[in-house]
Parts: sequence; structure tokens; C-alpha cells
Amino acid sequence: MKYAFYPGCVAKGACPELKMSTETLMNKLDIELIELKDAACTGAGVISEHEQELADTLNARTFAMAEKIGAPLMNICSTCQGNMSRSNNRLKNDSSLLKRVNETLSEEGFNYSGNLSVKNLLWILVEDYGLDKLKEKVTNPLKGLKVAPFYGCYILRPTWDLGFKEYPARGHYLEKLIEVCGGEAVDYSGKDKCCGFPILTMNKKNSYAMTANHLQEAKSKDADCMVTPCPLCHLNLDANQPDVAKTVGTKIDLPVLHLPQLIGLALGISQYELGLDRNIIDTKNVLSAVS
Amino acid sequence: MEVKFKIKRYNPVKGEYYDNHTVNVSPKDTVLNVLLMIRSGTDQSLGFRCSCKSAICGSCAMRINGRGRLACNTQIETVISENNEILVEPAGNQKVIRDLIVDLDMFWNKIKETTPYLQHMGPPPEREYLCSDEDMLHLSEVTECIMCGACVSDCTILEVDKKFMGPAALAKVYRFVFDPRDNIDDSRLSKVSEYGGIWDCTHCFKCIEACPKRVHPMERILSLRKIAMKRGITDNNGSRHSDAITKSVEHSGTLNELMVLPKSFGWWNIKELLSLIPGGIRMWQRNKMPSILHPKLAGVKNIKKIFKKFKSK
Repeated sequence: MKYAFYPGCVAKGACPELKMSTETLMNKLDIELIELKDAACTGAGVISEHEQELADTLNARTFAMAEKIGAPLMNICSTCQGNMSRSNNRLKNDSSLLKRVNETLSEEGFNYSGNLSVKNLLWILVEDYGLDKLKEKVTNPLKGLKVAPFYGCYILRPTWDLGFKEYPARGHYLEKLIEVCGGEAVDYSGKDKCCGFPILTMNKKNSYAMTANHLQEAKSKDADCMVTPCPLCHLNLDANQPDVAKTVGTKIDLPVLHLPQLIGLALGISQYELGLDRNIIDTKNVLSAVS
Repeated sequence: MEVKFKIKRYNPVKGEYYDNHTVNVSPKDTVLNVLLMIRSGTDQSLGFRCSCKSAICGSCAMRINGRGRLACNTQIETVISENNEILVEPAGNQKVIRDLIVDLDMFWNKIKETTPYLQHMGPPPEREYLCSDEDMLHLSEVTECIMCGACVSDCTILEVDKKFMGPAALAKVYRFVFDPRDNIDDSRLSKVSEYGGIWDCTHCFKCIEACPKRVHPMERILSLRKIAMKRGITDNNGSRHSDAITKSVEHSGTLNELMVLPKSFGWWNIKELLSLIPGGIRMWQRNKMPSILHPKLAGVKNIKKIFKKFKSK
């Protein structure tokens, strides 16, 4: 298996442990990654506020790079997945847009066919690698660790842009992976809601209130930790958790793992190779469940 | 087929509780038909609103399996779980009066606050106010709104802040801002650029999923952001945030996370800048702080060319 790897901005910036744990996990699963080092930001759902076609052109440039490699694209961010899926659908379904975009890209020697498969690591593990095969690789089961899944909006909605017609179970993959790893998935209403990160600079009070609701609800359901495929959600849920806790006047102390960190632990990868020492909220209760 | 309906009930005496009803239905039956069946049969006390049964009146919005929907256009087969169960609850974010009936005062007050009528400057035309077919066709996508409140039910911002205008009211603002006959000035845009308006939306797509008429409220909010920025209403964190991310990608190809926060708050906003320090120290201690020297992509000149092309359009 081989993928054109799009790490995204945050995994190369404020969440280096995500890129590191992804590469280690893929190595363990014998999946080859070829990093798209010159690929631009997907637009973060923000460039489209200025000009949708500009965001589509930047994404088409990335897709063309993957096509040159001859491999499907893998991303590791819910927000990147949402932006890429929506751009890809527009490019696939609007031939005049694809033509205009390719005219722009031709100056750099790129051309996009409109046929690339673009998948988040979450989808790849379930749909391409397979849960049965992954289960065989589990050497350190999570021994009933209660894990609260947190998806991130952009990987769930709108369902018609994210392949839910073909793969209707995509809204349950985190739970399936948690169980394959020997953990117990915690069911709570916040798992498919917004983490609050997109409005952090516009309305910090609301942003933190949303984050606090999800963390506290997961805690109230006895979660030992949370797991997310989105580094932007991770920033609010983990990196900002001490500030979020202050707004509700109580300690939360809920470790939040990136998806490859959780799977990696079950596969026997060391905490250092998974960058768990970089998570802001201490993960020792998770580690003690595995050891 | 046999289906188990789990219905959330409420009345001021008993408080909240759930009722279970096992009913024999056709997969093509609507949830509303089944509720009517329950009310006319086993439980005449069940409270809910309905009228047209045709997805026109907007009375029967409620949460079905956790999502805002119209009961009258939701067929059993589209929502039934593996265990043949369907969960029915009142619409979210609004006060429950009884069972599946919510108080719509908040919804209508937010609509009223948008001055939901055409405002025209200058002398009135001799005959009617005309609008081109093209403009009307565009507006018809928004005027499809039947005020059911399914979007308001599922809005994740309203869960934490009832002062947010919400998706339905902001879609209504779009309807007038993009109507060529409504030409007052930019006061509608200025108002929605303040706290509680367009920049408080968090892009969660819940309203887009819930809307039974494909009004796509969140997309309307993003369009309002675009036109507000174009009209120069940019003295707000949302606009600065949007500008900071876009310029960062233009100049380096990627997001300069270290600069986005201070640029969004504004360099003169000392209080907010100081509030970033504890988080910054935590990030630095855990070796998570992005580099001060934000690296540029090797092909950044090509990305700049793409931006330039769009700017010249």
C-alpha cells in the first residue's frame, strides 16, 4: 500500500506529534508514505470566504502532485478532509471549473484529471487496511480503556460531500477502531459536534464553552481519554484544556490522543515514538492501562 | 414492520421522561403519520404540532434520531436503527412547552431583529419594484425557507450562547442583502458583523444537514462574510482572522499559526495578547511551539502566481 501523504499545516506546526505518530504507525503497518512537501494549505475553510475557486485551485494543485506520484492521497486532519472532499467534488462535477483550474496549473506543469481518491487516515485504516488485519497487529490491547471519540465537523458533514452514500458507517469508524484496539467506546452527545476552535479568536468565551461541554460530558460518562482525527480539535481539547478548565472553575484533566497515537499504543509502539510526551494533558493513565 | 418509537415527553408536573411505543408501520410511512397513529390510538395525551403534512407549513420540526428534521417528510426506512428503534425528541435549543412542542418566541424574535422586509432608498418606482429573473432565481434558494427552525434546533453555537442570531435569521439577512431592490446601505452588514452575527458561526455544517429545504444557511453566512469584507466592514476579529490566514498561505504556502492569533486579535489588543502567554509557555515546554521563522514552501512563487491571478480577476 502506498499513499501520497498530505500532513497539513498543523501537523507540521503546533501538533508535530501527530505527524511523527502517523509516520511511525504507517511504518509499523508497512504502508509507504510519500510526503507532498510542496503542497499548500487546503484553505482551512477560510480562503473560500474570499474566493472559492482559489481554494479549489490550491487543492487541485495538491491533487495533481499526488497523481504524478501515482498514489491516492492520505491526509491526517478532519478539516483538510472536508475542504479537500468538497473541492474534489466540485472539480469532478464541473468540467468548466476543472478546465479553468488546469489552465492555471499548467503554468507549473501540473494537470489534474479529477479522479483522485482523497482519504483521511481514519477512513484508510477501516476501508483500505481493514479492521480484521489491524486486529491481528494488536499486541498491547487497551484493556477496557474507556475512550471518548471526537470526530471534528469537517469529516462528518455535509454527508453528501463526504462519501456517506457509499460508506454510510463513516460516522462510527472511531468507535470501531477503539474496540479493535481493545478499548471501550464512550457514547456521548458531543462526539459529532464542534470543538469550538474555529471561533477561538472571534468569541473565545463560546469557543471554550463548547470545548468544556464536550470534555465534561465525556468525563461524566467515565471516559479515561478522548481520541480525535483532527489536530485543530486537538488544539482546543488538549492544548487549550487548562484555560478551558479555568472558565468552568474545575479541573478536567482528560488526556486527548491523536488517532495514530491511540492505535500506535495498541500496536506496541513506544510513547516516545508516538510523541505522547508532547501532549499537554498528561497521558500516564492511558499508558498505565496499556502497560 | 414492527418499530419501537422512543419519545421524549415533558410536562410541568411530571418533568422529563421517555415513553416507548411499539407500532406496526410501513417502511414508507412518515414519522408524523406514526405520531398521529400513536395519538389517535394508545396515547391521546402526546403533544406535537403539525398542519400541512407536505413539508410546507414548517410546524412539525423535531429531533429524530438526534437530528433536526420535519416529521412529515421523514420516512421510517430512512431513519430506522439496526434495532428497529427511532428516537423522537423536541427541537433543540428552545424551551419545551410540552412533549414535542417548543416555544418559538426566540426563533421569531431573532427573525424580527433582522428587519425582515425590503427597504428601498430613493423615490418609489411608478409601478412595482422589479427584480431580474436571474436575481429572483438566486434568491428563491433562500426564500424556500419555511421557518421550521430545524437549523436553529441543531445549531452548536446556540447551545452555548442564545444571543447568537442563529442560522435562520442570518439566512434571512442574506435574502435582503442580495436582493437588488433592498438598497438601504450597509447597515444590515454592519449589524451582523458585530457580536452574535456572522463571525460567531463555527462552520459546523449542522444547519446545512438539518435544513429540509436546502437553504444551506451556513453557506449564506459565509457569503455574508465575503460581501461584508468586500464592503470594507473589516474592523473585527473575524475579518482579521480570515485575512491573516489567507495572506499567510499567499506568502508562504501554509498557515503561520504563530501569527494568526495576534493578527486576529489585533496587535494593539494588549489584554488578549497577554492572555496568550500561559498557553505559549505550555506549548514551548512540550516542544510544540511552531518555529518563529515560518518556513516557506519551495514552490511558493507558483502559489503567489495563483493568488495574483485571482486578485486581477
